[in-house]
Amino acid sequence: MTPTSIVMMIVAMVTVWGGLVAAIINLARHPEIAETEPRPPVEL
Amino acid sequence: MAIVTTQTPAREAFGSRNVFILSAIGSAVGLGNIWRFPYVAYEGGGGAFLIPYLCALLTAGIPLLFFDYAIGHRFRGSAPLAFRRLHRAAEPLGWWQVLICVVIAVYYAVIIAWAAMYTWFSAELTWGKGNEEDFFFTDFLQMADVAEVGVSTTFVPQVGIPLLVVWVVVIAIMALGVRRGIGRVNMVLMPLLLVMFTILVVQSLFLPGAMDGLNAFFTPNWEALSDPGVWASAYGHIFFSLSVAFGIMVTYASYLKRKTDLTGSGLVVAFANSGFEILAGIGVFAALGFMAQAQGTDVAGVATSGIGLAFIAFPTIVSQAAGGTIIGVLFFGALVFAGVTSLISILEVIVAALQDKLGWTRIRTTLTVSIPLAIVSMALFSTTTALAVLDTTDAFINAFGIMAVAFISVIVVAWLLHKLPTLQAHLNERSSFRIGLLWKILIAGLAPIVLGYLFVSELIAKMSDPYSGYPTWFLGVFGWGMVIALVILAIVLSLLPWSGRSRAKDDPEYDEFLAEEHYEPDSETDTVRVHASPKNGEHS
Repeated sequence: MTPTSIVMMIVAMVTVWGGLVAAIINLARHPEIAETEPRPPVEL
Repeated sequence: MAIVTTQTPAREAFGSRNVFILSAIGSAVGLGNIWRFPYVAYEGGGGAFLIPYLCALLTAGIPLLFFDYAIGHRFRGSAPLAFRRLHRAAEPLGWWQVLICVVIAVYYAVIIAWAAMYTWFSAELTWGKGNEEDFFFTDFLQMADVAEVGVSTTFVPQVGIPLLVVWVVVIAIMALGVRRGIGRVNMVLMPLLLVMFTILVVQSLFLPGAMDGLNAFFTPNWEALSDPGVWASAYGHIFFSLSVAFGIMVTYASYLKRKTDLTGSGLVVAFANSGFEILAGIGVFAALGFMAQAQGTDVAGVATSGIGLAFIAFPTIVSQAAGGTIIGVLFFGALVFAGVTSLISILEVIVAALQDKLGWTRIRTTLTVSIPLAIVSMALFSTTTALAVLDTTDAFINAFGIMAVAFISVIVVAWLLHKLPTLQAHLNERSSFRIGLLWKILIAGLAPIVLGYLFVSELIAKMSDPYSGYPTWFLGVFGWGMVIALVILAIVLSLLPWSGRSRAKDDPEYDEFLAEEHYEPDSETDTVRVHASPKNGEHS
């Protein structure tokens, strides 16, 4: 492989797979609020 | 009618956010990721294609994915119901998407059947070394010319029997429902697909000539970036690859819990889909590099996509490579799994739509929908003219079905109904990745321009030359006639009344959701409770 193609391969991997890792980290920081639906407030 | 009846069963839902994400990835990662992306990227400038590709992903793919999620999650229904709740006059858009899925499901299944047979053939090298092309067209498909025989009724058992099996399997998955069927299958098949494909890539990298293949794939041709055609192909590819705008993401998002991080999940789905494409590009071009070396030619001489790549080039590689059988089994097995997870998402659009419209149970709707589809699929695609019908319907449904409905949907929702602020507020209220003015500009401005350009260029191309040289009557029926019929049928289906038991008329869960979120009440599910709420009105 030529140096340019190696660089482009690394850039592609870093941007796309890096984007995936960043998206997963972002999601993991915002876990689902609760397993069950929160109950709506009861209006009396 | 303030009394909540128990007549309508609770709407189905995914078990958790992760199950939804895996299912959405399962839908997005399909045959196109494996057999289309590598060649599109190679043709579009190799390594340089990354620039238009990422632009398309960030400015069109992801915004449209959010758009679909927002519609499905905010209006909590299958495509026709969600669009109907958005505005009564928008309902035909939903049915159009459903009908597009009908057409795609019918032919998509047969490709899975072929791939399943080829998984078996790879184990035994049934095709015979050097005979891969003849074997596929003559021995396996027994292909006949539509110009001579018309639409054939000659049954080809080696295609018809696996096709029947594919239908039985997917019908069983669909009948089990969203949580036990679709969710579970994706939880198993998606990790398996990743493992299989990774092994395939690693093995391909060790083949002689693999590095030449990668070199050809990643060497940038910067001049390609000045060609508008390359940019159009990047946008077109991203658009098809993410399964946006034909109801799938609307339907899947409607099965999410009320408080779910929609944009955060969408980013994972979008990048996972693209991540898989990069992996596929590496695997496919490493294998093509080997094939070029074995045949004493360069990579340009063997690079191809679609059916030619999967059913001619790959069998050739399997015949020639050391350990080729393993490569073949992994490659065709991956096609089957990627195909099945996409096919069930396509079928779910149809099943969900009829379930909502008729108020029927899951199993009854699944059988009523899938059995006729399976029969049509068997009738058209287990015969000797299957490939011509498949090729034509696929080309026309992509250009004048998916592309057209996407173009019209963004215009209707953004410019005629002015619903983008509503959708934006809904997304931002529950999501980690906040969207703003830029998202609205991309959906209302860039998306219609790009989609309109692609649509018009397809229209010119298909009108100027008969597609693939097929006879006029044939293109009239399976091409133009089919895409026009879908629009007419979509309008007819919208005019048919919704059953009194349907969710459009009676959906206590939706009423409760509207009340909880202080959204405007829906005109048809008539909830007195929502009207009585003091904090009425939509956050927009």
